[in-house]
Formats: sequence, structure tokens, C-alpha cells
Amino acid sequence: MDISYHDVILVGGGGAGLRAAIAAAETNPNLSVAVVSKVYPMRSHTVSAEGGAAGVIKPGDTLDDHAYDTISGGDWLCDQDAVEIFVKEAPEELLRLEHWGCPWSRDPDGRIAVRAFGGMKKMRTWFADDKTGFHLLHTLFQTTLKYNAVTRYDEWFVTRLLVDEGRVQGVVALQLMSGRIQAITAKSVILCTGGCGRVFPFTTNASIKTGDGMALAFQAGTPLKDMEFVQYHPTGLPFTGILITEAARAEGGHLINKNGYRYLQDYNLGTPTPQPVLRNMELGPRDRLSQAFVKEVEKGHTTDTPYGPVVHLDLRHLGEKVINTRLPFVRELCLKYENIDPIKELIPVRPVIHYMMGGVHTDNNGATPLAGLYAAGEVACVSINGANRLGSNSLPELLVFGARAGRAAALAAMEQRTPSEHAISQAQDEKARLEEQFLRKTAGRERVATIRSEMHQAMESGAGIYRTQTSLENAADKLRELRERFRDIGLDDHSLTFNTELLAALELSFMLDVGSAIVESALHRTESRGAHQRTDFAGRDDQNFLAHTLIFRNPDGRIRLEKAPVVITRWPPAERVYGVKPDVKEVAAR
Amino acid sequence: MPETISLEVLRYSPERDAEPSFQRYDVPLHKDWVVLDALNYIKDKVDGSLTFRWSCRMGICGSCGMMVNGEPKLTCATFLSNYAKENKPVRVQPLRYFPVIRDLVVEVTDFMTKLQSVKPWLIRGDGKPISEGEYLQTPEQLDRYKQFSMCINCMLCYAACPVYGLDPVFIGPAAIALAQRYNMDSRDEGAHERMDVLAQHEGIWGCTFVGECTKVCPKHVDPAGAIQQYKLTATIERFKSFLMPWAAK
Repeated sequence: MDISYHDVILVGGGGAGLRAAIAAAETNPNLSVAVVSKVYPMRSHTVSAEGGAAGVIKPGDTLDDHAYDTISGGDWLCDQDAVEIFVKEAPEELLRLEHWGCPWSRDPDGRIAVRAFGGMKKMRTWFADDKTGFHLLHTLFQTTLKYNAVTRYDEWFVTRLLVDEGRVQGVVALQLMSGRIQAITAKSVILCTGGCGRVFPFTTNASIKTGDGMALAFQAGTPLKDMEFVQYHPTGLPFTGILITEAARAEGGHLINKNGYRYLQDYNLGTPTPQPVLRNMELGPRDRLSQAFVKEVEKGHTTDTPYGPVVHLDLRHLGEKVINTRLPFVRELCLKYENIDPIKELIPVRPVIHYMMGGVHTDNNGATPLAGLYAAGEVACVSINGANRLGSNSLPELLVFGARAGRAAALAAMEQRTPSEHAISQAQDEKARLEEQFLRKTAGRERVATIRSEMHQAMESGAGIYRTQTSLENAADKLRELRERFRDIGLDDHSLTFNTELLAALELSFMLDVGSAIVESALHRTESRGAHQRTDFAGRDDQNFLAHTLIFRNPDGRIRLEKAPVVITRWPPAERVYGVKPDVKEVAAR
Repeated sequence: MPETISLEVLRYSPERDAEPSFQRYDVPLHKDWVVLDALNYIKDKVDGSLTFRWSCRMGICGSCGMMVNGEPKLTCATFLSNYAKENKPVRVQPLRYFPVIRDLVVEVTDFMTKLQSVKPWLIRGDGKPISEGEYLQTPEQLDRYKQFSMCINCMLCYAACPVYGLDPVFIGPAAIALAQRYNMDSRDEGAHERMDVLAQHEGIWGCTFVGECTKVCPKHVDPAGAIQQYKLTATIERFKSFLMPWAAK
């Protein structure tokens, strides 16, 4: 078995991974840093983020305002110490990106421009047109190219963590091009693999978003946190699930039902105004807007399409100039994928799985309870997002906590340590397992696509926008059945060269684990908060559930659930209030 | 519209095949389906060994470039129905001019090396601290390079470039456009450093401005424009170095 040796490994080469790699390399240029990614880094899903990145920079805005918006947006499940770190370091990180060349959109005087965003009561979202994630990722990727200390393993898939003597010692990875399976050892491993939207059938997430890092950590006994909180974005294109950015509403777009009525006014989100008002109507938070959609379906106010019911996003009144200069990608996506021109036509939209608030349990430096293991970005749960993430907080989150995890992992990797013999033998066992279970096995009867599709149905019907004990238990049963059937998986493809069917099978096994963690956590939380809505337990229950959910897998395979306290610093739990003139009530609540 | 459409997909496995061959598949023809949907249908329902790259399915990750009926395309943005009238199978092949790893997957190491060689990062002497805020850049200054910053590295322009086809050493359209993206950025001071890289090879002078790269670019980056711009700058710099050696750098 081949073994390669590094000090710090990043698993995943998206925004968080690349930011962490640079931070590690800058912390100590003598460290050997490796980015192990199943795709070339610039293909990572950060590339798809559209609307922007929040960071306080303009006069009249304050860090406390950003913190309060984030905490109330998260329905008080955010750890407030983490949020305070986040809002303070976000502007620095965004400026650093500027210094690295990110083409941020500008005001006429050459300063950074900001736009409004959902749930934010001040304009503080930096943007690069409506391709912010694309520019951010390419800037980071191109910047990493100047660091010689960073070794890339492009198109390598990590199949397990090597854990011995109570600490992570590296990973086992499969090189797609050659089929080679080997150990890549390190003193610190940072998981930066993003979310797991592909557990569901209808998602904005790219095909690569299969929860790999969450599953790797879970298998190694590390807890996942708040997995029941799955964000639906209110405006996805039907069929493709392509995201229409919240910026479309921030620029003044309206959501209307089949009667042309701005229905959000019926759901405690304020009253319609001609110009967009912050934290009002279409600029409410994503969880509330997606929930309002379901109510409209129940009232029969939506329009039926072959891909389910839709409402419409109306941008026509914004005019050609605003659409072309502020939302060019929205127009391009509508024209190319829906044959619709938003200058003249309504855009059909429906809620679509977008983001995981939950993830690998970490502290404020990205460290997990397992020594040597870190996580940052969507894969992690610090938690600054609580029960519902605000739009434009995820890009600064991956920068702030990517950098923190990179620095912490680099410091921890400076002590001398060599991988144990037992860790290396684990890698040999893993290689044997992959060959036996997949590559050499010819008798398997189950197809990857069949199990995946049944998993999708189970997750959508069991753990969607509204959940009940029965729906969740059904999903849990189905997932148990699918995990059992997965053991009988058979591949058409037994070759070593770029075996994407093997990759899909490994990803599926990760998704089955992550899907179960979502469902079990959702069963455990018998209240409704943010994006987790139980029709059998309406309302927030701070008495019992102002707490994080931790889910563990014991060595015997059994699941264990625990609660962990939420850190409250300066903002005691209060009611979430949206709609015009929110300030009076909110101040009272504080 | 007919109910099905045929695809002829290039298949090649280095472990099994001496040379590539086409395999024919019939797939349902849905109005909303793109070529990539057809490939996924085949992989899921018919033949799990069909091999191709894809990810975002929204034209931004740059993974799914292939030749469709001889033209370089992002398969996630190419509707099957466009080919329904032709009454012959749609041919799907790996991107031209790149070595094939397997089926529709090509080797991109050479491209990645070329990208890196043009030093695509902001080069500045002073290194202003973060605490001093942003480098000012007006919307007009941003517009000078913005188009060149839109490249998604999908490599369609290489598959369209006759110069790259004849001379694989040619650094190629996307890498030159990326170099120009930084050269034209008001915050950057690295144009001379990049010139050393770009001017090394004669390939750039071989570009006859046929503009195939610009025609196939799904993001309207206009690499041909970047190359012409660069040639002009390079010519001026070259003359300067003859006439006024002290002024060239």
C-alpha cells in the first residue's frame, strides 16, 4: 500500500477548504498542506452561490445589528459567542478577498457596494454581480496557486478517516483516474466537504453534495449537531432546482400566487410596499417564506405544473437595466434553462432544498471532539446558523471559520508525530473492503440509482418543510431498509479507471448515513423552531429545546442522541418579528 | 416531437479497448431534458459504466463540456430537443484535442499547468494591510477586466482552437484571457511578470484571430479579444525594449 505523508489535510477544495489551506500555509510555511478533493477545486459547489456575502462595512451599520439579525434569523439556536466572532471577522475576511483580487461590485466612488438581503435589517451584503460564489471560489483557487506548500490531490475521494490512539491520523483515498487506493496521513485533518442537499430529490445542490464529510466524521464516532435543520430556499426553478437568488427579491422582486396576489402579507411578514423594505415581505427569512408556500398550496392558491405546484417571482417592474446590471445570471439561467425572459415574463418558483444548518459538531476554531479532526464551512455546525441560516451568511462563514480551522489545525500539526502502525493497517483493511464489496463483487442485485431514488422519496415525504412523528418514523424505517439493501449493491462497472459508478455507490452509502442522522434528529426535537416544523408539536419550546441536538454513532452501530447547551451572551430568546416597523417590538423584546 | 431520441456516445476504456468506438442508446425525449440528462438516464437505467463528469447542472462549475455533434458544448445547457429534427443520432464525444482517460472524461493536467503558469493572482508590491480597507476600484475600472474574469475553465475554447489542435504547447485561449483579467485589473502590478510567461512561446502569434474560442465560450469571455489585446501590448513592449530598453520594465 502506498502511503503519503503530510502535516495538514483538507478534505474538500471549495471555499472553506481553500481558505483553510492558505491559512495553514501562512501559519507555518514549513508545513506540508494537502488539499484532497473529489473534483478539481474550481468545480466545487461554492461556485454556485449567487447573491452575496454579509459583512458590516458601511456607516450606520454595526456588528451588533448583524449579530442580532443572525441570531433572530436562527430562532435563537445560534451560539452567540460564535456569532460575535463571525460578525467581527467577516468584514476582515471579505476585505482579504478583495486584496486577493475578488471583483466585488463597487459604488461609483470605487468603494465596496452592498445590497439588501433576506432577514437583514441593514444593507450589508457584498456581491460580485449575482455570481458571488463563483468569483469568491476562483479568487481563492487562483490565490492558492502561488503557495508552493499546498499539494493538491485533485479527483481523489476520501472513503474513511484513519483513527487510532484517540486521534485522527489521516485518510484513505481513492484516486479516480487510476483506481489507486492509498493512505494519506497527517497530524490534522480538516473536513470541508460542504453540505448534503443530494439526500433530497429536489435541490439547488450540485451532484457532488453528498454529505461525505458528515458521514466520515459520524462513522468515526464524532457527533453531528442540529441535523434536523435543513434549509429550503423559497425560489428554485421547477424541475432543475436551479436557484434564483434572494438578490432578485432584494432588488425588488415580488412573490405572487396564481391570483397575482403578494401572499406573504397573509403570513405575518409585514405589508406590501412599493420599494423593498428590509426584514419585510419578500425580504423575510427563508424558513418563513418556504412555510408560507406550503400554506398557499393547501389553500389552492398555487399553479400546478408537471413538476409540482409553483408560485411566481415577478421581476418585470424592475426593468431591463436593473435586471441586466444587478441580476445578469438570473436572466441567463431563466433564458437558458426555462426559456423565460424575466424582463417580460413571470418566473415559476418553488421551495427547494438548499443548505444544511447542521453538520459536524465543532468549537469556534473548527475543532471537533475527536483530536486532530476539524471541520469548516457547510459541513460543520459551529453554530452561527442556528435553526435557520440567513442568506449571504454562508460565504463569510466559510471564510471566517475556514481560516480559523486552518490556523488551529496548523498549530496542532507542528508537534512531531508519525502515524501508528495500526492506522496504516486500517488503511489496508479499507482497501480490501472496497475491493471486496464493490470492485470484485459480481453477484449484487441492487442498483445505485434505485436505492438513491427510494431514499429521495423517503426524505422528501418524511422530512420536508413540515414533519410529524409518523412521517419521520416512516422515513426512518425506509432508510433502515435501504441501508440493509445497500449491502447487496452490484455495480456494472468493475474497472479501476475513473470508476464513477463506484464513486456514486460510496456517496450513496454516505447519504444513507446522513439521511438517517437528519431523520433521527428531527424525531428527537419535539418542537417547531426555524426550519424544523413539526405539525404535531407546533411552537417553539425553549423550556426543553433551547439546546443543540447531538447525534452519535456508537462503535456497535447504534445511534445515541444528546442535548448540548446553546451559548447565550447578550441576546436572550425573544419572538422573531418580521414586517414593517419591526424595530419597536424587537427593542422591547430585547 | 418524437418520443425518443438516439445518442451515439463515444466509449473507451483503457483496460478493455484497443481503441474507442461509438455505442448507441435510445433515450426518452423530454422537452426539458438537456444532453446531460440523457447521459444520466443511461447511467442510472441502462449502463452504469458510462463515464462522464458533471456537477452543478447550471452552467457555472465548468465540468460537463463535451463535443455534441462535433461542437464543444456544456451538456447541461444543450437541449436534446434542438437535435430532434435532424432525424439522426446525436453524437456525444469527449472534448477534442485532449487525451481521453475514459469514455467522455479527458485529461486536464496540461490545462491546469497552463492556468498556473500565467500567475493568475493579484500581484502587488506594497501589500497594504487589511485594516486600511479596500483598494478603490470604480465600476468603470471593474468593467475593463470583468468580462475576462467570467471564465469557468470549461475548456470549450481549447476544443475549438485550431492552433491548440496543431500545437499543444500553445498556452491557449482561457489561460491568456485569465492573464489579461489580472493585467487589466487596476489593483494589479504584475503585467510584466506575466509577459515573460506569455511571450515565451510563439503559439500566441500563430493565433489568426479566427475567433472560434470566442464563438463557443458559454460565458462570453471573448478570449479572442484578450489575445488580440495581448498581442498589441506585447508588440508595443517588444518595440519599447528595442528602442528604449530602460522603459520596458
